[in-house]
Amino acid sequence: MLVKFFFALRAAGVPVTLSELLMLLEGLSARVAWLSAEQFYYFARLALVKDERYYDRFDRAFAEHFKGAERLFAALEPQLPAEWLRAMSERLLSDQERRKVAALGGWDKLIDRLRQRLAEQRERHEGGSKWIGTAGTSPFGHAGYHPEGSALGGPGREHRALKVWEQREFRNFDDAVELGTRNLKMALRKLRRFAREGAPEQLDLERTIDATARNAGLLDLKLIPERHNAVKVLLFLDVGGSMDEHVRLCEEMFSAARSEFKHLEHFYFHNCPYQTLWKDNRSPQAQRIATHEVLRTYGADYRAILVGDASMSPYEITHAGAGIDQWNDEAGALWLQRLSRAFPHLVWLNPEPSERWQYTASIRIVRELVGGRMFPLTIAGLDQAIASLKRRDALRQAAIEYGEA
Amino acid sequence: MNDTRFSGSDRYIATEDLSLAVNAAVILQRPLLIKGEPGTGKTQLAQEIARSLDRPLLEWHIKSTSKAQQGLYEYDAVARLRDSQLGDARVHDIRNYIVKGKLWEAFELELQPVVLIDEIDKADIEFPNDLLRELDRMEFYVYETHELVQAKHRPIIIITSNNEKELPDAFLRRCFFHYIRFPDEATMRRIVEIHFPRLKQELLSEALSTFFSIRDTPGLKKKPSTSELLDWIKLLVAEDISPEALRAEDSKRSLPLLHGALLKNEQDVMLFEQLVFLHRRAR
Repeated sequence: MLVKFFFALRAAGVPVTLSELLMLLEGLSARVAWLSAEQFYYFARLALVKDERYYDRFDRAFAEHFKGAERLFAALEPQLPAEWLRAMSERLLSDQERRKVAALGGWDKLIDRLRQRLAEQRERHEGGSKWIGTAGTSPFGHAGYHPEGSALGGPGREHRALKVWEQREFRNFDDAVELGTRNLKMALRKLRRFAREGAPEQLDLERTIDATARNAGLLDLKLIPERHNAVKVLLFLDVGGSMDEHVRLCEEMFSAARSEFKHLEHFYFHNCPYQTLWKDNRSPQAQRIATHEVLRTYGADYRAILVGDASMSPYEITHAGAGIDQWNDEAGALWLQRLSRAFPHLVWLNPEPSERWQYTASIRIVRELVGGRMFPLTIAGLDQAIASLKRRDALRQAAIEYGEA
Repeated sequence: MNDTRFSGSDRYIATEDLSLAVNAAVILQRPLLIKGEPGTGKTQLAQEIARSLDRPLLEWHIKSTSKAQQGLYEYDAVARLRDSQLGDARVHDIRNYIVKGKLWEAFELELQPVVLIDEIDKADIEFPNDLLRELDRMEFYVYETHELVQAKHRPIIIITSNNEKELPDAFLRRCFFHYIRFPDEATMRRIVEIHFPRLKQELLSEALSTFFSIRDTPGLKKKPSTSELLDWIKLLVAEDISPEALRAEDSKRSLPLLHGALLKNEQDVMLFEQLVFLHRRAR
């Protein structure tokens, strides 16, 4: 049952991995949580969820999953888990392994042994309330007597069953995600600009040698401050509407940027920046920030990165009053021009594939407005964007790279 | 298995999920990562665990310049060079210049210690990755003296984070994670009561309702937290303010008394004054 729960969690978007599930099972066999539904819940959350952002998703998946289990177990008599286990095992084991099981005496014999164990398990569980009993039998029973456990007999079986798990797509998928943020971080790292500030605590070798020599060979230490990443970044993110399909990519971009830069401010807009932006996406209406204030507050040394698909009605850029969720007295084009004037180092990252850019009128307009500095939101595109942010002749270079086809 | 279970103390109220988190970390010997709003007692937790389980506590406070190696040991080559120039006899033994870090100290203790790694998110993003093996295996190698340092008892490791940086996945996978929720009113009442046992009930009720209404104000830059509430109540008691005065100074009509303990930046105070002003005009 916990395996199903595990996949239910993944389906619900909680990033759990095999090692965390094993940690949970280890904890259950060490009886960290025992005979209490709440304790089981707290412990499962402790072991499986590593960020408070996912607590809510976890809660929903947990409720959904164990509500179903309750009904299931109410209907089941002691014989039935055998059927259930058989179905479960058949799904998890390969053909070859199934033949091996047959060689060991067939399912029925194995299941008999399992049933015995299950009965013992049940006795130990008596005394708890009904829910606890079922929850107890399901995860503990399953964890203990699941095909990968030793009860299914045969040396080496444990390892084999695990392999079947690993072949499921989740592992590759997870690696891909990790690779994603990691690569983005590495790419963003190139934007670092180092400056020496703070307390002097690094050895300045050259000056130390010099001073020591002058000091007739007696050591005279010279220290300088450590180098810190001094680059400042403003991130403007398009949210909602056509950006929904790119949410994952943008989240990765945001989390990579957040861990990489100390001076990072982020703002949200919808389709095109107008006179107000917002910082809290949960209540965009409540806390608007005037774009003029942003232009005033942050100096020209800030690097501005806009992330958006720039796919909208062209009027939303070129005309006043066409804003999708706010009345704009001035056209979006004007605001974009103001932004690129205030921040000479500016790029627009577009999650849409670059081949499609020329077919969308609004993308063409936005590209022109940001001086051709639009790059695809891919690792390669990000590399080029960062090179552009560092270059002085950025405008021309971008025009050559993604020139009008 | 450990028989002594943590369940808060006479100075620290731990909710059921928090106690379970601590006990799980102790039993399964995994590091426990604690996050939560500032002022919800993350750092204090380690101190209270050490106190209630009667274990030594080693605190390692992380700064932006901290390196993982500093937790293990540091080799003071410069001191050795200086000593060699001055002809000090100590210079022949390299061990005189190895300075032990907090983790090494913890590994050597005869009694299983509690190690607090405080504010891990302050350090460089590679910092947690550099500690993976040490936290997993509880051992490390000293290259200068060619010795392997192994923990006598796997320490109970409590790590706190303020969410300033995202932690690497590989690191998170090895930890238990618990987010300390902001306490609800009932829990808050218990917390205040263990800190101020003789506080008058009415004053407590008034203070709490004022406090929670301030927290509910939208747009505050820094919401006041438990530690600020405790400071404020300390002030109220010291100034001997009566519950009636607190009620009369209803937060809807004026700034709460001694608000400096609760509101920590001028924008928030301004915002509050504006709200108060709007409220007066509405009447």
